[in-house]
Amino acid sequence: MLRVELRKRRGDFTLETAFSAPTPGVTAIFGRSGCGKSTLISLIAGLLTPDSGRVAVGDDVWYDSERHLSVDTRHRRMGVVFQDARLFPHLSVRANLEYGLRRLPITAERPMKFDDVVSLLGLATLIARRTHELSGGERQRVALGRALLAQPRLLLLDEPLASLDLARREDVLPYLEKLRDHFTLPIVYVSHQFDEVLRLATRVVLLDAGRVVAEGDIATMSRDSHLRTIVGPDSVGAVVAGVVEHVDMAGLAIVRVGDATLILELDGATAGQRIQIQVLARDVIVATEAPRWLSVRNVVPARVVSVRPDVGRSVLVELDIGRTATLLARITQRASAELALTSDKPVWALIKAVSLRGHVFNAPAR
Amino acid sequence: MMLSPAESDALWLSLSVAARSVLFNLPFAILVAWLLTRTRFAGRTLFDAFVHLPLVLPPVVVGYLLLVLFGVRGPVGSWLYQNFGIQLAFTSTGAALATAVMSFPLVVRAIRLSLENVDHGLEDAARTLGAGPFDRFASITLPLIAPGILAGAVTAFAAGLGEFGAVITFASNIPGETRTLPLALYTALQTPDGDMLAARLAIISLSLGLAGLLVSEVLSRAIGRRLGRDRVR
Repeated sequence: MLRVELRKRRGDFTLETAFSAPTPGVTAIFGRSGCGKSTLISLIAGLLTPDSGRVAVGDDVWYDSERHLSVDTRHRRMGVVFQDARLFPHLSVRANLEYGLRRLPITAERPMKFDDVVSLLGLATLIARRTHELSGGERQRVALGRALLAQPRLLLLDEPLASLDLARREDVLPYLEKLRDHFTLPIVYVSHQFDEVLRLATRVVLLDAGRVVAEGDIATMSRDSHLRTIVGPDSVGAVVAGVVEHVDMAGLAIVRVGDATLILELDGATAGQRIQIQVLARDVIVATEAPRWLSVRNVVPARVVSVRPDVGRSVLVELDIGRTATLLARITQRASAELALTSDKPVWALIKAVSLRGHVFNAPAR
Repeated sequence: MMLSPAESDALWLSLSVAARSVLFNLPFAILVAWLLTRTRFAGRTLFDAFVHLPLVLPPVVVGYLLLVLFGVRGPVGSWLYQNFGIQLAFTSTGAALATAVMSFPLVVRAIRLSLENVDHGLEDAARTLGAGPFDRFASITLPLIAPGILAGAVTAFAAGLGEFGAVITFASNIPGETRTLPLALYTALQTPDGDMLAARLAIISLSLGLAGLLVSEVLSRAIGRRLGRDRVR
């Protein structure tokens, strides 16, 4: 568990944050560009000195202004992956990977074995190469491997995909998912892309103008009003956790979410897998009667929790689908009025199977 | 072209003085370049100007100042002589020292340029991977500024082959000891019937300079390839 409480002033910008990141799990630090995310990473890493506060991983205190304690970056034993990979250009891929490993104290435990990390990150064919022969995605994988082989107690990922185009992101994201499910260490993932956060994170810390404005598990945070203003109206949607019940003949996954079952396409799904599904608010239709003869695959009984004004002439309807699972639907004010939507009203939520996007979490998610 | 003993003496002496001047230079130049790029201290601008002084001072003045400091009766010179039996004035080591002082700003400049181009982020990355300050310098910074160091060394070596004023003032013009190529050429010109010798010495100097430039080009390309300059930057 990483516990952070930091203050730092730079010019007229003040960073004042407190949050924690559990072990294992991915905690996303999410916010707009310039909200202080990268500064926060530098402060946790000790590359910048805070004005005051405390940073601790488990029982190890790395920084405590009250005790005038500050462990040098190089003794903190954390892996940092930067946006620009920062591979050493004069060293081979192998020498880059071994850089931190070779500098470990003799007594340090080495749970991350060279061969394991190489096979987990698919680096076997890259090892003999020079760094300038690698693609952007390969560079980030080598940087990840280098950080892991330094046997870190915490992994800090500072927008590792931001410098890659969309296609190249797929060269790295599956490996990040494997890493999350494979190792028991806290991972802090900084990003301003909510779709990445959705795929990787179990917890979200929302940062705005240097302050933590909200913090919680991803399902709760997906309905947070601060988050809505940051991701923009088109990306607003509930994230729900579910378990794959089975995969039907047509290859569609049947997933239990709350009291409901959702049908969606999910490559490589197998029964028993835990997944997270994002249901965009603009993709949810609300009906007061169960419709028939529609192509829509998911017709889920629900109960209206609240109806709140949203951007423009629309409202945001919160729908309870059982066992604390909640969906959001954005509909027009007029539709809401015609259906007379009020709290506790039983309704149906209609969601096209093809509009659902699910991500597999193998490890027990929190 | 066969060389006479006097000519080959002058040639070898020039090469040896220039090579030793580079060896004197490098450690101090790396340190000074590092201080000037990576640290902020009071009097930094003055220090910077002082380092560059040999570029603007007449070489004879540099030679004279060295003589005052390192001469047999100078404060540093007499101390060195009494404690270690080292005499600098009027020796080839002294010639190398004078040459080193003259080319020092060139080396500092070259190293400083490449130090400024080193991405601090790489040193930060090394730090997160457990490398201490000296380790970071040796394993990351030094290899990355190697092209700059090489460029500085080659420039200093080439310039050192031709150093005249400071050498003749501080180390005098002693055949076989401090009479390098330019001094030999100057001496030949002062001698009746020395025209032919002067011309031959000039040709030797010219070939030497050309060879030096070619070698430096080949070396810097090799290092560039090693660092992957073709794609990274």
